[in-house]
Amino acid sequence: MSAPALRRRAFVLTAALVPVLALFVYVAVNSGPMAPVIVTLAQAEARTITPSLFGIATVEARHSYRIGPTAAGRLESLFVDVGDAVAAGQHLGAMAPVDLGERAQALEAAIQRGAAGVQEAEARHSQADDRARRYRRLFELGSISEEQATAARDDLRAATAALTAAQAGLASNQADREALTALQDHLKLVAPAAGLVVARHADPGTTLVAGEAVVEVVDTGSLWLNARFDQRGSAPLASGQKVNIELRSRGKQSVTGKVLWVEPVADTVTEETRAKILFDPLPAPLPAIGELAEVTVSLPVQSAVVAVPNSAIHRQNGVTGVWKITGRSHEFVPITLGVSGLDGWVEVVAGVAENDLVVHYSEAQVSAGRRLKVVDSLEKTAP
Amino acid sequence: MISLAGRDILHSWGKFVFTGVGLGLLIGVTLTMAGVYRGMVADARALLDNSGADLWVVQQDTLGPYAESSSIPDDSYRALLTLPGVASAANVTYLTMQVERGQTDVRVMVVGLANGDPSTSGWPPYLIAGRHITRGHYEAVADISSGFALGEHITIRRHQYTVVGLTRRMVSSAGDPMVFIPLKDAQQAQFLKDNDAIWQNRRRTLANPALNPPGAPRLAEAVLASQSTNTYVNAALVTLAPGHDANAVASDIRRWKRLTAYTREQMEGILIGKLIASSARQIAMFLVILATVSAAIVAFIIYTLTLDKIREIAVLKLIGTRNRTIAAMILQQALALGLTGFVVGKITATFAAPLFPKYVLLMPMDTVRALVAVVIICVLASVSAIRMALKVDPAEAIGG
Repeated sequence: MSAPALRRRAFVLTAALVPVLALFVYVAVNSGPMAPVIVTLAQAEARTITPSLFGIATVEARHSYRIGPTAAGRLESLFVDVGDAVAAGQHLGAMAPVDLGERAQALEAAIQRGAAGVQEAEARHSQADDRARRYRRLFELGSISEEQATAARDDLRAATAALTAAQAGLASNQADREALTALQDHLKLVAPAAGLVVARHADPGTTLVAGEAVVEVVDTGSLWLNARFDQRGSAPLASGQKVNIELRSRGKQSVTGKVLWVEPVADTVTEETRAKILFDPLPAPLPAIGELAEVTVSLPVQSAVVAVPNSAIHRQNGVTGVWKITGRSHEFVPITLGVSGLDGWVEVVAGVAENDLVVHYSEAQVSAGRRLKVVDSLEKTAP
Repeated sequence: MISLAGRDILHSWGKFVFTGVGLGLLIGVTLTMAGVYRGMVADARALLDNSGADLWVVQQDTLGPYAESSSIPDDSYRALLTLPGVASAANVTYLTMQVERGQTDVRVMVVGLANGDPSTSGWPPYLIAGRHITRGHYEAVADISSGFALGEHITIRRHQYTVVGLTRRMVSSAGDPMVFIPLKDAQQAQFLKDNDAIWQNRRRTLANPALNPPGAPRLAEAVLASQSTNTYVNAALVTLAPGHDANAVASDIRRWKRLTAYTREQMEGILIGKLIASSARQIAMFLVILATVSAAIVAFIIYTLTLDKIREIAVLKLIGTRNRTIAAMILQQALALGLTGFVVGKITATFAAPLFPKYVLLMPMDTVRALVAVVIICVLASVSAIRMALKVDPAEAIGG
């Protein structure tokens, strides 16, 4: 092979080698731990933050009635079913009376017997009274002995006592019958208020214990939300605040409401503050009781505060702060956080000023010693 | 001075370049394999780094929460906060599960985050898009490798979550991408079964006379209510106040709170020494085999390259070339081949690394070690080739 041909070949090979070596150097410097951290920047802005509280709630009825017997027994009849509207005082069903009817008949007979007894006692009393009066006159005339007159007086006293006893016996039986009537009335299941039957727990023939509910009736006009908020940040929650309610069955179609009251007792186990929220107005059709809802309470707006996106907040050795860009370098600056909005912006009370540049998104954890490479976006679909 | 090695390479440059590239691919695979191992260790470390904790407090005598299941009452953190040296304590839950994504599902580790600001322990330390969770329920931040996009709705157990932020390199020790959701939702996700299971469970409870005795109708309701609540978490992440020794605080927790506490070193020992130990050894074994095979192939290539030019070497000897020059030629060629292979290998490994489903970490020190190994292997491999070349009878140049 001639020398010029070799030289040409050497040149071509070197020309091919140079980009490969360049690529090698590029790869060695830009991969692994030596590579710069790719970041995007954000600017601290003076903006209005609308703090909101987010909680979850279940639809409940403010007034709900569990209707059932006060004594153990068997359900005899039930006239309503789930979904029926009932009026106040409506007869919903009854418990089996067992022997109450027979006892009533027996009492009726006893009352009649008592009444006859009273009539008999009255007749005896009247007879004894006449006799006692006649014997007194005869004794005064000296026609009979004192003993006979005294015996007649005693007979009258005995007849009076017998009459009183018969009358008391009758009154007692009458009272017993009234009690039995009250007991019979008590076996009836009656709606205490107008509402909707939401549950029917037993059918006729079922044996129930005292206090067990047969039907549940709720006042549909009194539907409210039993809402729970994390205790952290729930201090501004107050009655009257407007609430946006997203019922699970309706997806993004939200309804409005307002905070009725904040419960004075918080849940110690779940660490939640509870509140009652009224629908305003009541949605139609009515939501199912027990349905899950997401509630967002709008809190007073904080205007013109310095804020950063929450994704720019980092933790370094237990300190909360941001990576502030000054010229070509970056440093970790501790910050004090204020209120935050659900859109992800957080008020910075101290630490950064308006228009300060901070590291926003980063591809890896930023540290003081690592180089940064700033790009516009780390992910194509980023907002 | 004429470089014999250079001349020979130029003469048969095609063979040299293709052999170099082939060798490079082999070295690339070896480097990648080392990267896979480093990636596994890095994943385990990332799990610990991302949690931002100094101490992991778990159920007594368990290796939780990553290597073993652990559950502690969710109010244990209050007791931990009272201990001297504890700066913060946050509950956390971890649950590896399949999350539906359209027609398919993705294997993810669902992490429950204690309510707080983004600097709370357990929260992802950085995002690449979107924002952190601001609502106490039904929002999620997902690792980008899960394939979820911002605004996407994902279903975890019974609830739908909106992906509001994306992060990167937040994986479990098994390399599954993490999905961060609020703690209370995660507690539910971990405990609440699907609807069918709940119905069946209710029926079982109602059929059990001990739990649903006649005459006490409210008891079954209470039992059912207690069955569908969960006040447990997997661990509490504790950060220490400055100036406090992690071991001292951990032993305090062990002694007085009757819980097990692990320091960062112990946790790393559990993750790397126990959780990924066998798979790491598997990779290491494979790496050793690959390195051995690579060395053998390099030796073989150099030997056959020398064998190919045995006549030329005989001619060189015939014209009186010194042995040292011939040996230097073979050695230089071997090194040139090795270095070409190394460069090609490093470049291919770097560009191939992101294509792997799991994280592949190419450490600069591994690259340096590989370079040294390549040089040593080339030198050793050229020894036998040099021996053969030196034994060549100059007469072969004119004979045969």
